[in-house]
Amino acid sequence: MKSCKDISELLSESMERRLTWRERWAVRLHFFMCRSCSRFQQQVHFLRKAAGRFYPHENDKNQPS
Amino acid sequence: MDKNQLNNHRTILFRYALLQLRDETVAEDAVQETLLAALQAGDSFRSESAVRTWLIGILKHKIADHYRAAEKYHSIEKTASGDEDDSNEALEQLIFNGKGHWIGTSSAWKNPDHALEQDEFWHVFDWCQKNLPKQHARAFMLREMVGLEMEDICQDMNISHNACRVNLHRARLGLRECLEQRWFNPKRPL
Repeated sequence: MKSCKDISELLSESMERRLTWRERWAVRLHFFMCRSCSRFQQQVHFLRKAAGRFYPHENDKNQPS
Repeated sequence: MDKNQLNNHRTILFRYALLQLRDETVAEDAVQETLLAALQAGDSFRSESAVRTWLIGILKHKIADHYRAAEKYHSIEKTASGDEDDSNEALEQLIFNGKGHWIGTSSAWKNPDHALEQDEFWHVFDWCQKNLPKQHARAFMLREMVGLEMEDICQDMNISHNACRVNLHRARLGLRECLEQRWFNPKRPL
């Protein structure tokens, strides 16, 4: 049985390559039991969306308070 | 290659340069020089991605030139890559327990798209990605901001495919964790 850490690795990799059917099956099965991992999948997609719009400014020295 | 084609790559090159140089004028100059060099070379390439890789190759030289010139005036901080492994382990221990399960139960991110419209969010995002270990940040930046494919990232960073994969995974875990704590579900006063 794959752990959340393993699944999170697969979810990250799925952003670079198509997972094999075995991997996709493992992910789907895991999602039935684990909400954190299915959230992680959405979050990884969100990170891509955000990074694609990110525009770094040189004078962005503000830190979150 | 014509000017229009080169212009299509300008945005990507500018992002790449800006992330490395952190100065719009210097980045703009580096991109300009790159495009000029490319126009002069002006050969035909089979695919867009080959052109992109080639242009980034030129740009990297320009960025290196910039740093070499700057080094005469400032001593540039060398990256202490030796410490990175420790912080990598530390990151995973913060996120997963011994059995590989998430330690915290995260709640859903509400309205993530709404965050993209808030300036404050971008400060947090920038802060979070700057605070990733350098190798993680670099892999993530090349993948998600510049839009390179894995092969090109491994080549750019001179690391194995597996190291590249691990860097990306850890960058995503780290960014997720940081955004969770500092933006979406702050639990403790920071």
